[in-house]
Amino acid sequence: MKPSEPILMQQAAERVAEDDPAASYLHPLVPGEVDLSHGAILYLDDISVSFDGFQALKKLSLMIEVGELRCVIGPNGAGKTTMMDVITGRTRPDSGSCFFGQSIDLTRLSEAEIAHAGIGRKFQKPTIFESHTVFENLELAMKADKSVRQTLLARLSAEERDRIAETLRLVRLSDSADRVAGLLSHGQKQWLEIGMLLMQEPKLLLLDEPVAGMSDEETERTGELFLALAGSHSLVVVEHDMAFIEKIARKVTVLHEGSVIAEGPMAQVQNDPKVIEVYLGR
Amino acid sequence: MGPIATTISRLYGTRGWIALGAFAAVLFVVFPLLSLAVPEGHALHLSQYWVTLVGKIMCYAIVALAMDLVWGYAGILSLGHGLFFALGGYAMGMHLMRQIGREGQYQSELPDFMVFLDWKAYPWHWWNTDQFWWSALLVVLVPGLLAYVFGYFAFRSRVKGVYFSIITQALTFAAMLLFFRNNTGFGGNNGFTDFKRILGFAITTPETRMALFAVTGAALIGTLLLGRWLVKSKFGRVLMAIRDAEQRVAFCGYDTVNYKLFVWTLSAVLCGIAGALYVPQVGIINPSEMSPANSIEIAIWVAVGGRGTLTGAIVGAGVVNGAKSFFTQAFPEYWLYVLGLLFILVTLFMPQGVVGIVRKWRATK
Repeated sequence: MKPSEPILMQQAAERVAEDDPAASYLHPLVPGEVDLSHGAILYLDDISVSFDGFQALKKLSLMIEVGELRCVIGPNGAGKTTMMDVITGRTRPDSGSCFFGQSIDLTRLSEAEIAHAGIGRKFQKPTIFESHTVFENLELAMKADKSVRQTLLARLSAEERDRIAETLRLVRLSDSADRVAGLLSHGQKQWLEIGMLLMQEPKLLLLDEPVAGMSDEETERTGELFLALAGSHSLVVVEHDMAFIEKIARKVTVLHEGSVIAEGPMAQVQNDPKVIEVYLGR
Repeated sequence: MGPIATTISRLYGTRGWIALGAFAAVLFVVFPLLSLAVPEGHALHLSQYWVTLVGKIMCYAIVALAMDLVWGYAGILSLGHGLFFALGGYAMGMHLMRQIGREGQYQSELPDFMVFLDWKAYPWHWWNTDQFWWSALLVVLVPGLLAYVFGYFAFRSRVKGVYFSIITQALTFAAMLLFFRNNTGFGGNNGFTDFKRILGFAITTPETRMALFAVTGAALIGTLLLGRWLVKSKFGRVLMAIRDAEQRVAFCGYDTVNYKLFVWTLSAVLCGIAGALYVPQVGIINPSEMSPANSIEIAIWVAVGGRGTLTGAIVGAGVVNGAKSFFTQAFPEYWLYVLGLLFILVTLFMPQGVVGIVRKWRATK
């Protein structure tokens, strides 16, 4: 599609809207761009996944709003990681649909395409490029044309250097920019990975146990960082650390055996008898 | 600084460029002088044996560099690189066979082995091989295309690690069996030999040999600089990231298949060029070049020199092949034991190879 087309479509939509208010729902659909016009960034609907007979996800449905900070909790084996795998294209659901915004069907995209569309994921175990420097880690993660041809000739512009420096400041690694990433402390590795996510300028961040292994102070700083990011980004945080969840949570989703059993503010969820039975009460 | 100056300083520091300049001076000044200008019988005269041996080792060094790009930097261990080398060699060999003209034993337009098989015309795949430009194109295209198609399917199906290595080993073995057959049209187990001339020049004169030597030296230095440019670019950093954590690279939005395919195909093309330079210097190409052991040896060169260093690949190819030509003359029956022992010692005590040892020694000094 030629780049000018969406604009023409928008003009057409505006013209129609002048005559007929009911036609105002017409808005341009730009391929590859996330359409957030309905206020939701992620829809999971009736997702089921099974591995060798084990039902990891059972008709899971979930909706994340734009700018939301959502916490997902649940006992081991509840399907939290599988849910992340489905969203990032690592696992294909047996049934159900998974949409990013209104128009991007995640079940039909590759992992790289999903990352490109604007979903960034932090893994449970920090996976950074251990033999590269901190700076290079961020450089590789940076949003850019990632085709082979562009990468062969790529040079960092001053603007890109500034962005890397800015992210280094945000994740408090400015002093370690030239260190080999494998030498960082566990907490610093987690932060570096969050920094790498931010370099991709994702619209949706998936964070799998981001504070595991962090010191209390690091955990606190991480919480501050997430609260600062919410609003401009949408975040989904999977965590076991209840103190941390309580500090940052606005809306909590509880998973159990592959489906959602409760959803709402922390206080409400904590008092839900079903939740107490399967999870908090233990 | 202009873009060329930045590229130059990005590739090597001052000491690196001086070392490279010294290496080039030895190849392009010292060797021709000692071999051509110094008269035979003089103590400093360099015999044809040495020119051919060093020329041959430089071809191997190009293969080692190609191997280091895929193994040392992208983490893809190929045990079939000998195939690409041999294919480049065969493509050049076909041209050299046609340059023999009617000077073969049977004085026919056709190469001797075809006369022997009672063939009346060249088979289809020999088409246009009397043209040098076409043969040169085949040197690049045949290994490149084979690697591209093979890599496309292997990388897309996410074949990795030892499984990939085994398949490459099977590939070169299958090709060897194919080339052993007389019907394939490549001279069966004798391959091609008895070349008379290249580009009209008699192939065994000292001048022609020195020219081939110089071209090989230039190709080696060119390959080194190309490799260095690749691994110092963002592309190179992506390759190393693929080697260390491929899944993570995919989540960063890179299509890792394309990256692996690019470096894999480039590596095969470099091997093809090395093979094409090798054949006129040693004067023979036959299917034993495709034997699985040959391809494994390439991996040993790189391991001995030091993976992921480029310089190490050249050092490894030099050290192992230097040792090989010494041992196969002095103690022929022990060479394979020496090679095996070398590999074990390097794996156990020098995981970073010769270059790693030198670096460590420099760091503690």
